[in-house]
Amino acid sequence: MMIRKEVVVVGAGPAGLSAAIEAARAGADTLLVDLNLKPGGQLFKQIHKFFGSSSHRSGTRGIDIGKLLVREAQEAGVELWLKSTVVGLFPGYKVGIQRGGDDETKELVTVHAKKIVIATGASENVVRFKGWTTPGVMGAGAAQTMVNVNHVKPGQRIVMLGSGNVGLIVSYQLMQAGCEVVALVEAAPNIGGYAVHAAKICRAGVPLYTKHTIVEAVAGEDGCLRQVVIAQVDETFQPIPGTEQTLEADCVAIGAGLKPSAELLRLLNCRFMFSGAFGGYIPLHNEKMETSLSGIYVAGDSTGVEEANTALEEGRIAGVSAAEQLGLIDGARADARRTEIWERLKALRQGPFGERRQTAEDEILREYAAQVGVPAEEVMPEVLTEAI
Amino acid sequence: MCLRMEHHVVLDTAHQAPTVEITVDGRPVSAYEGEPILAALLANGIRVNRYTVKRHEPRGLFCGIGQCTDCAMIVDGIPNVRTCITSVRAGMVVETQDGLGKKVAP
Repeated sequence: MMIRKEVVVVGAGPAGLSAAIEAARAGADTLLVDLNLKPGGQLFKQIHKFFGSSSHRSGTRGIDIGKLLVREAQEAGVELWLKSTVVGLFPGYKVGIQRGGDDETKELVTVHAKKIVIATGASENVVRFKGWTTPGVMGAGAAQTMVNVNHVKPGQRIVMLGSGNVGLIVSYQLMQAGCEVVALVEAAPNIGGYAVHAAKICRAGVPLYTKHTIVEAVAGEDGCLRQVVIAQVDETFQPIPGTEQTLEADCVAIGAGLKPSAELLRLLNCRFMFSGAFGGYIPLHNEKMETSLSGIYVAGDSTGVEEANTALEEGRIAGVSAAEQLGLIDGARADARRTEIWERLKALRQGPFGERRQTAEDEILREYAAQVGVPAEEVMPEVLTEAI
Repeated sequence: MCLRMEHHVVLDTAHQAPTVEITVDGRPVSAYEGEPILAALLANGIRVNRYTVKRHEPRGLFCGIGQCTDCAMIVDGIPNVRTCITSVRAGMVVETQDGLGKKVAP
């Protein structure tokens, strides 16, 4: 089966939704693909109010921004395929999509796109300790999904590992859901996330164990988590023998950061670079959010782990640029839109946490100029060309 | 043990979807239609979804968003169904998965 679309957007989180909205509003025939049951990515588990300026809907909960984006995408005429996984990108802007849930008959569809936007988000980092695969040990994002999206508690007594913003916010949200957070464990000497989030946890009386780590997850007779052994760590983050404490808990949530997921762009040999501030290897992009290949764009956490707001803005740039390249928006207007959005992105990348990301973003743009300059017209990856 | 959230300061926890019955390893479990199978199981205290191929170790909810496959189970005879991204339908038959899809010996 062969389908043609002007723009195919992979991932229906904040970046993908806003890219699809911009492209569709400009008149592009736009397809948005996501493997989940519902669109919105991780926005629907963000029940807290966002920070930032009024232009970034500060004070609005992520869940409400998600609802708004989904409505805007519908109104703009974006075609949405859910339970659909992009399994490959092939030379000639072909997108291989597996449609259908795991319990259904799946079909493989090839969509011929003119422009492609990759907005595939990020995945959670894991901390490995003895027993880390025991049922009950999970990502902090998984615990957050359970309470905020599915309204089911991942356990009664939680040990949170990691005190970045995810660890802090999810701890608070688990308490809102009726769980008890019995410990917040952090290997560093200080709390990693914003003081405002940490203060909420402190006020609620959650015991904070800085300079500590989890050394073992102990399973009960049913094979599921029953106890968690924590210990103090030295300056090199090694557990200090004799400092172990055993906590009764049925859930460990690991909030150890995220790493960008952009595997699809590897298939096309897009240029990548390592960025510690952005969480790992990320595809290079220019001011149009275009990768090293012409007509293939990237936005959101897949090109650097940040926040929903930055993902949303990057998605807009990608959508505007794709529409411009299709000749649906004239160059001057597209430039003006991008300038305005980059200004807002700059505003989001301020302060002690943001500055690091602004520096990293500048570095990516510089690397792009140095390594790529003008995006390659040919989508055929070098290896394939050689093989042929 | 019921892990369903009763009250929430921000979220409306009143379920709109009808309650249906599914079968899990031969016994009836009540669930909300349309919720992820994994959520229904967890709400009923079922935390092991599958056993690994080589070492027969239990696995359960880990990523919750269809990435890790730790929650794969046999659903209506189909193995390797990621229960975190598969919806409950009335009358579904769900089984704990052993290895690559053979049933767990009773």
